[in-house]
Amino acid sequence: MRSIWRTLDRTVLTDIGLTCLAVFFIGLSYGAIAVASGFPLWLPAVQSVLVLAGASEFLFIGIVAAGGSPIAAALAGLLVNSRHLPYGLALPPGVTGRRWSRLPGTHVMNDESVVFALAQPDLRRKRAAYWACGLGVLACWPGGAVIGGLIGSAVHDTSAFGLDAMFPAVILALIVKDLRDARTLRAALAGAAIALAATPFLPAGLPVLLALAAVLLLVRAPAAAASTSPGEEPAVAQVRTAP
Amino acid sequence: MTGNALVVAGIVTLAAGTYAFRLSGQLLRARITFPPRVTRLLEAAAVILLAALVATTALTEGHGFAGFARPAGVLVAGVLAWRKAPFLVVVLAAAAVTAVLRLLGVS
Repeated sequence: MRSIWRTLDRTVLTDIGLTCLAVFFIGLSYGAIAVASGFPLWLPAVQSVLVLAGASEFLFIGIVAAGGSPIAAALAGLLVNSRHLPYGLALPPGVTGRRWSRLPGTHVMNDESVVFALAQPDLRRKRAAYWACGLGVLACWPGGAVIGGLIGSAVHDTSAFGLDAMFPAVILALIVKDLRDARTLRAALAGAAIALAATPFLPAGLPVLLALAAVLLLVRAPAAAASTSPGEEPAVAQVRTAP
Repeated sequence: MTGNALVVAGIVTLAAGTYAFRLSGQLLRARITFPPRVTRLLEAAAVILLAALVATTALTEGHGFAGFARPAGVLVAGVLAWRKAPFLVVVLAAAAVTAVLRLLGVS
């Protein structure tokens, strides 16, 4: 633990802290919504610790509250969480821990911990950022869910504070560095377009997976990209601000 | 099974399956030696996934459009992030813009 504080500079730690605070607030609304939907407090508490993946938990309580089967809800949640498989492929070995520490290290894999790890320049700092964010989310998500469940309706309408805009903003802020590469940006925009086009028709989770098809844009010869990249910058900047 | 037991079974299924997803990508990665080009591609794939996640969580709710307030907040955040504004500013701006728009009656 102590090595985390020594390895990461203050800015990264502050960013992780803010991200965890945002997760805490979303957790508040999750706990409040679960209890308001008629579930006992233990359900969001237990689920937030064991599953530790927000979107799938919202979906689970939504489906069960609407009268759906809990098993069908679990399968829908698994579809949403399938993106963790490519996350594991993207992380360099050792980031989630070695030997026994990999067991808890695997559990704290989520959008936030992965994106902070990817943003760090070397393995030591990737590992520190991954664990700091992963453990922070492990504390803040269930903590928020329990407190939200206890105070209930007081925090039911978190949309008034714009908290729902924080999650996409956090992720976007952290991948912007990668998006400055013209080819990655083009593939990311294509992937986003695929996911958006598929959203009205497919169950939750599947559209984001389909976005992976945009990786094909990056498979082709790297030589072609090297020769075109300088002239492409203005066009790319325009595309970025258009949507 | 009683209702509660079925809900517990659902939670356990979701938790175990999610853990399996979290583990299996890493096991594949540890087992196979990828050339550097493929490694870069795998990392780009994660960025594409995250970008798609940003787009869908910013613009959609369920199967439909989320309304204008949230994507407007995320767009402002994106512009600020592109201009290298501090993370704190980016994230708070997203929430503030969305909240103010809703206060003004924009859903």
